[in-house]
Amino acid sequence: MQRTSAFNVVSVALGLAFLYLPIAILVIYSFNASRLVTVWGGWSLEWYRELLRDQAILDAAWMSLRIGALSATAATVLGTLAAVALTRAGRFRGRLLFSGMVYAPLVMPEVITGLSLLLLFVAANVDRGFWTVTAAHTTLTMCFVTVIVQSRLIGFDRSLEEAAMDLGCPPLRTFLTVTLPLILPAVAAGWMLAFSLSLDDLVIASFTTGPGATTLPIRIYSQVRLGVKPEINAICTIIVAVVALATIASSLIVKRGAVRRAREGLGVQV
Amino acid sequence: MSAKVKRVGGGRLTVLIPYLWLAAFFLVPFVIVVKISLSQTAMALPPYTPVLDVLAGWDGVKQFAAQLSLDSYRLLGSDELYLNSYLKSLEVAGVSTALLMLIGYPLAYGIARCPRGLQPLLVMLVVLPFWTSFLIRVYAWINILQRDGLLNDVLMRLHLIDAPVAWLASDTAIYIGVVYSYLPFMVLPLYASLEKIDPSLIEAAADLGCPRWKSFWRVTFPLSWPGLAAGALLCFIPITGEFVIPDLLGGSRSLMIGQTLWTEFFSNRDWPAASAIAVALLALLLIPILVYERLQKCAIGEAP
Repeated sequence: MQRTSAFNVVSVALGLAFLYLPIAILVIYSFNASRLVTVWGGWSLEWYRELLRDQAILDAAWMSLRIGALSATAATVLGTLAAVALTRAGRFRGRLLFSGMVYAPLVMPEVITGLSLLLLFVAANVDRGFWTVTAAHTTLTMCFVTVIVQSRLIGFDRSLEEAAMDLGCPPLRTFLTVTLPLILPAVAAGWMLAFSLSLDDLVIASFTTGPGATTLPIRIYSQVRLGVKPEINAICTIIVAVVALATIASSLIVKRGAVRRAREGLGVQV
Repeated sequence: MSAKVKRVGGGRLTVLIPYLWLAAFFLVPFVIVVKISLSQTAMALPPYTPVLDVLAGWDGVKQFAAQLSLDSYRLLGSDELYLNSYLKSLEVAGVSTALLMLIGYPLAYGIARCPRGLQPLLVMLVVLPFWTSFLIRVYAWINILQRDGLLNDVLMRLHLIDAPVAWLASDTAIYIGVVYSYLPFMVLPLYASLEKIDPSLIEAAADLGCPRWKSFWRVTFPLSWPGLAAGALLCFIPITGEFVIPDLLGGSRSLMIGQTLWTEFFSNRDWPAASAIAVALLALLLIPILVYERLQKCAIGEAP
């Protein structure tokens, strides 16, 4: 029974409109020539030019990109290891604590994670800045990577690994040449998610940052508290565009991986 | 770990590296929070005493234990500000979760009833806003809700209101922001459980003369219950500790607990009080977190 009733069409349409209208309005008004929000003064790129002259925003964006890339890479390595440990290592001492620690940050309120990490850095007498924010973001985002990679590892034909090892391939080499290529789409998707979560984070970064390490969300937040500004609309539009492109790209990667896997799967059967 | 069965990734380092990282950056900080919540405010930096002096050996530990105090927790109990912000958080989380169910259910149901080929695209469209910045999504609503914003403009042109309404700095604005930001968290688990329902069950109900609304109520709705529960928990827990949304959209009259913690830490520099709030908030959230953990386990157990 695949009949789509009018009620279903309307509820999907209304839901999607609710999700996209505010962002669409934001994007449109970033091209508004008038400084007043309600007054439409025609199309203009003035706020983007203004943005290019705003050194503080540019510095913050560069800082966020560096923190995001570094923490996403570290989180991908750690998160993938954790996923492999949870699905392949069988029982080990402290497994319950381990899985608890992996899942807890997913639901932990950000204020608590941020506060506890800051107190750690103070207790350890570390200078706060670039590295502390990176470490904090790595901790937060590796858990998301673990969940994504783990779901791929669970639905994975383990006989491929066993076959390689029966033929005398050592475990590490089996992982690198058999397992890793097969879970690569999930690993890539995990990196993307970690990167965008890091770019997005305000609360944890505010707690763990120090002088000279203002990230983009912290900068935007301090501007937004003073009221709506067309420049902020412009920087938000740029972020939305980058994120949309990255998401579409990553979903294409995953899809291509799935198609290739399906083909290879057929090949193995034949 | 037995060496008899060689497994990929069975090596000790695979477990050890993430384990140590999480212990250092998740577990230890937590112990520190609990410790500081039992300390007293001091003027010097770090602004709390006592500091555990490990070098002083056992005497140091004894001295440390003697100085622990429950003052911060007493403060939480005595000042109405804290109790009120806990209640406010629970109220906002409860009401928003209910609203999310009301709005998310028709959306998830509609997607699950669309043609198969279209469903992945619709799901991606629901998830896409989640990937854009949280801050930006909240900010987008300031554009719309502010005094000379779009909503007032449209309503006045339609002659529904005569004078601009102050939408911002109100609970209404918080609810709009929360529902908007958390909608994907509700829709995804709901869709996952609705999509799994075997259509032949509903056909069977129809063949037996059951009206559509009744078969929805007696067949579909009970079967979607796990998704609804997972969605509710996924929304309720983070909303309780939410900071950005109430801070940007809400008023300053009553604060949510995340804001109180933030103010206590950044403005009043009372670290023990902030830590005590964190511990108490966590205690409050432990029940839904444990339920969530159980659900997660069930979900993983079900997977082949």
